[in-house]
Amino acid sequence: MILLVVEYANGKVSKSTYEMVTCARQLGREGPVAALVLGSGVAPVANEIGLVVDQVLVADNPALEQYDPELWAAAVAQIATEGEADAVLISGSRAGREYSPRVAVKLDAALLEDVIRISDTNGTVSAERYTFLARVTEKVETTAPVIVATVKQGSYAAALPGASAAEQFDVDLSLPPQRVQVTGKSAEKTPRVSLAEADVIVAGGRGVGTAEGFTRLVEALADELGAAVGATRAIVDAGWRPYSEQVGQTGKTVQPKVYIAVGISGAVQHLSGMNKSKTIVAINKDPDAPIFKVADYGVIGDVAQVVPAMIASLRK
Amino acid sequence: MRILTIVRQVLDAEESVRIRDGKVDLTSSKLVVDTMDEYGVEQALRIRDSGAAVEVIALAVGPERNQDALRTVLAMGADRAIHVNTELALDPIALSTVVAQVAQREKAELIFCGGQQADWDSHALGAATAERLNWPQVTWTNALEFHGHSLSGKHDTDAGVEMFSVALPAVITTQQGLNEPRYPTVPNIMRAKKKELRVEPLEQFGAMPKLRITGAEVQAKARLHKILDGKDAVAAAGELVRLLRNEARVIG
Ligand SMILES: Cc1cc2nc3c(=O)[nH]c(=O)nc-3n(C[C@H](O)[C@H](O)[C@H](O)COP(=O)(O)OP(=O)(O)OC[C@H]3O[C@@H](n4cnc5c(N)ncnc54)[C@H](O)[C@@H]3O)c2cc1C
Ligand SMILES: Nc1ncnc2c1ncn2[C@@H]1O[C@H](COP(=O)(O)O)[C@@H](O)[C@H]1O
Repeated sequence: MILLVVEYANGKVSKSTYEMVTCARQLGREGPVAALVLGSGVAPVANEIGLVVDQVLVADNPALEQYDPELWAAAVAQIATEGEADAVLISGSRAGREYSPRVAVKLDAALLEDVIRISDTNGTVSAERYTFLARVTEKVETTAPVIVATVKQGSYAAALPGASAAEQFDVDLSLPPQRVQVTGKSAEKTPRVSLAEADVIVAGGRGVGTAEGFTRLVEALADELGAAVGATRAIVDAGWRPYSEQVGQTGKTVQPKVYIAVGISGAVQHLSGMNKSKTIVAINKDPDAPIFKVADYGVIGDVAQVVPAMIASLRK
Repeated sequence: MRILTIVRQVLDAEESVRIRDGKVDLTSSKLVVDTMDEYGVEQALRIRDSGAAVEVIALAVGPERNQDALRTVLAMGADRAIHVNTELALDPIALSTVVAQVAQREKAELIFCGGQQADWDSHALGAATAERLNWPQVTWTNALEFHGHSLSGKHDTDAGVEMFSVALPAVITTQQGLNEPRYPTVPNIMRAKKKELRVEPLEQFGAMPKLRITGAEVQAKARLHKILDGKDAVAAAGELVRLLRNEARVIG
């Protein structure tokens, strides 16, 4: 059995889960694809995922109201063991990447993190993943009988729902106590368009001059294009923008159709979060700025002049 | 109390990645302490500086050259260092068996580990180590307070920022914002030469990697490099919009 852990938000199955279903179907390991739904009040999620997988295992449990890495790892390992799963697929989200190592240790499995491709040939699993701040594509192999893999978001096409619903089974879990107390949350204010799902991103760096310059240039251009807004660490650290908008090694990884970098130098740590964008556009006054090395289109010029002129041109 | 901080020696981000025989080649490249690990070292030192009776032990697992990284961390202020010497490429799960055994032997109660490794882009070591020790973990921590037998702070999650508290022992992985790592001063670099740096062979830990790296490629996507001169900003902006609409077809 291939077990995949369903990721969802607000009662809806996330896109990353549909991508994992495709990954599971293409993996080349035998057996049914089973989806594990963990949480409290998750019937809608279980019904939705049932249209794309072969089995749904539902752990509807008040103790799982809140995500916790130790609870999730214990639950996934228990179900994987009971179902004799030889592959466990987990989303490459922050949560997925933090509890998957615990699952791998519990199952004495090989852990393949953030895979962009993965397949099994006669018991040898080979996978590809980005390394060295997303500059290198590395191939890895394992002959371990059980694998745990996190699947990088956006690497597989989303599976399409069929007409028939898979059978659902309720599962009982023995869960460990929760040891980390969550004492508060500050949710990111939801941006107009979320960075992860945006087709167009306009991002700003120190070259916009001030926080007010960011609003006048970057936000205005984003509004004109219906785009999401991104930022460099330099201006997040300066307090011009919230951390939730940061793109890069220690921020978000994005892969939009087009990424427009406004007054961004293109440091390696920034590139590592956006260098897989389909088209990259750079506006920078320094012709030697490293961002131009990864740009498809660019203007060497002052953002204070070029960006308003772009907005005017878009309105024509 | 003892704090164990993991130190990884990685390629300086400013350096080009060179590939040789399907592997990343680090010989003759500039190597540095992973910045994410420096955050952990700094945090451990701050706990000690606050007056707590704490010993800060730095641990590196890897080839001989890792001792340079450990000397740097000793010069930052760590009390002593352990180098587990091996040429074997250990995946994070295998590495966690070594870290967990060292933590147990040294009776550490707190482990700091980088949130993401700048070479393997991996997040796994902290969590895997916590699992082996049956300790709790908090990942991507960007603020931390030490209360003797517990910690409180903030960390990044998928949904935003979460405030937490956890009793020791625990594994904490770091994130930007946690602190500004200090630079080693010259007198401290001199002092660091006299500090204990114990070298141990890997064999005694029984760590067996399950993963093998079979190839590496720098796949810089071919880019068009159509760069316009913006002296006439209006003309350049108009042409850029035209290219994005009609050639790239990425905007409406
Ligand atoms: C461990 C670690 C993690 C990091 N993680 C991240 C991360 O996640 N994301 C990230 O972004 N960075 C990250 N960084 C920081 C990164 O190294 C850079 O410092 C940062 O990306 C620089 O931001 P910037 O491009 O806004 O600023 P700068 O590098 O200062 O660049 C500003 C650019 O604007 C141009 N400019 C100035 N004025 C104008 C004008 N009027 N018109 C046009 N152009 C102009 C300049 O020519 C320059 O190229 C990290 C660093 C470390 C050590
Ligand atoms: N993190 C990165 N992401 C994408 N491309 C990069 C990155 N770093 C360097 N490059 C590009 O890869 C090519 C080789 O660069 P270098 O690393 O300097 O050898 C150049 O076009 C660089 O701009």
